[in-house]
Amino acid sequence: MSTTPVTGTSGAAATAAPGGSLLTLNNVEVIYDDVILVLRGLSLAVPEGKIVALLGSNGAGKSTTLKAVSGLLPSEHGEVTDGSVVFDGQDITRMDAAERVKQGMSLCMEGRHVFEHLSVAENLVAGAYTQKDSGEDLDVVYEFFPKLADMRNRVAGYLSGGEQQMLAIGRALMAKPKLLMLDEPSLGLAPLLVQEIFGYIKRLNTERGLTVLVIEQNARRALEVADHGYIMEQGRIVLEGPAAEMRENPDVKEFYLGLGEEGGRKSYRDVKHYKRRKRWL
Amino acid sequence: MSTFLNLMVYGLADGAILALAALGFVLIYKATSVINFAQGEFLLVGAYMFYTAFVVLQLPLVLAVVFGVVIATLIGVLVERLILRPMVGENPISIIMVTIGLSIFLRSVVQMFYGTRPQSQPAVLPTGSVNVLGATIPVNRLWVLLIAAVVLTAFTVFFRRSRHGIAMRAVADDQQAAMTMGISVRRIFAMAWALAAVSALIAGILLGDIYAVDQNIAAFGLLVFPVVILGGLDSVPGTIVGGLTIGLLKQFTSGYLDPGLATVIPYVVLVLILLVRPYGIFGETRIERV
Repeated sequence: MSTTPVTGTSGAAATAAPGGSLLTLNNVEVIYDDVILVLRGLSLAVPEGKIVALLGSNGAGKSTTLKAVSGLLPSEHGEVTDGSVVFDGQDITRMDAAERVKQGMSLCMEGRHVFEHLSVAENLVAGAYTQKDSGEDLDVVYEFFPKLADMRNRVAGYLSGGEQQMLAIGRALMAKPKLLMLDEPSLGLAPLLVQEIFGYIKRLNTERGLTVLVIEQNARRALEVADHGYIMEQGRIVLEGPAAEMRENPDVKEFYLGLGEEGGRKSYRDVKHYKRRKRWL
Repeated sequence: MSTFLNLMVYGLADGAILALAALGFVLIYKATSVINFAQGEFLLVGAYMFYTAFVVLQLPLVLAVVFGVVIATLIGVLVERLILRPMVGENPISIIMVTIGLSIFLRSVVQMFYGTRPQSQPAVLPTGSVNVLGATIPVNRLWVLLIAAVVLTAFTVFFRRSRHGIAMRAVADDQQAAMTMGISVRRIFAMAWALAAVSALIAGILLGDIYAVDQNIAAFGLLVFPVVILGGLDSVPGTIVGGLTIGLLKQFTSGYLDPGLATVIPYVVLVLILLVRPYGIFGETRIERV
């Protein structure tokens, strides 16, 4: 499979191995407030046990994609008007958000969204709401994030950004997901912390076989840990391929990694200039 | 000294009932951001439901309480489902108007079935009095204090320890994030209304027992506003401190100054608190990280 621009509406669904994908979106169309068309026939597949990165500029519809998958659209007056979302062999397009979590998916929202007035431990217990017995899982999460164990009684709102992100991921893990979705885990974090968070994501994938779908602005970091990458523009997938090939793709390099043809770093001004002139569609 | 002790016990008992009534109010506000102007009527309906079971149907005490709890839960859930849920996302003023309408409706329904005269109900709590340091303290007030303390502790443990209690606080904190945890926001809303109705029922039964089963219960319920403004609209510990403060203040004013002034004084406090500290003593302020 090579990195190819996707022009058809069902490109991704066709290229993904049919049996092996945990999550599949087929031609999903999302409209907000009955008028604003945000996703225009988006298709993508997340194979079981892999890390998939969904990249794209602001307003491309990345967050909307995750909300369509996790069922949060109705709370924002949005709606999937066409296409289907299939998770673990089951059509979940119209399923209630709470029910989807029970089916085995967890979403870490953009901006972390920890429960500010609850303690770290209470945040984790809230994350295990769908589980009958959460005692053991609590120990597992504390073992994975030793920092959280030290801070279990602290009020979450006063943690640092990096600590909150760990808590948000830990809380999502408490629901025992098969698929973990992360919306911009690097948002507002220092580069060193971004590296740490992505280290955790990679470990979750390799050590526990967790399937991950991650949205990122930080394309370089995301393509380093991901197995497969998708690039979105204006509500559609415009490019996809194995992450290694994506990293080498000249267009991706130019637009998302900020590198020129010769491999040198380009000035932001030039990149922006190009961006306006050249699009895939 | 004996007057002081007497007033204090009366004040604490009133305050404990107020704390229970305010707890329901705070639950609803915290979880659903609805300001429930019908909280006083929840007390009224609760007291009359218990009266119906205990006196009219002549059920034994325990069964009468269970009957009251079941009906209160039902009313709470129905009010949420039929009246508040269609209002989700509407202007807060509209929602307030709806709860005011609900309060008038509930009061009228009670009047329709039971009239406006006080109903006679045999004493549930032990009567009589004990002598403490020369003051005659009625035993039923002490029981009110004990029962309210037990119920409030039970609620606190529920919020701190249980899965559903923590989920309720999570919804109060961040609804969307709670949804991503698989917490059904609708079910939590229904639960908040049901618990509020049950705490109001207990407050209503206690009030009916130490005063009378009549329309004044709703007026007493109106005092939840000074209580929650004082304690903080979204604070459970605030309801206890606020309730006891208002209860004591009322009784002391009535005993030492003037009974007429005692009816006004809680609202003077309300205005003062709004001027000085609008979010109350324990009201949650936004957490700002630097």
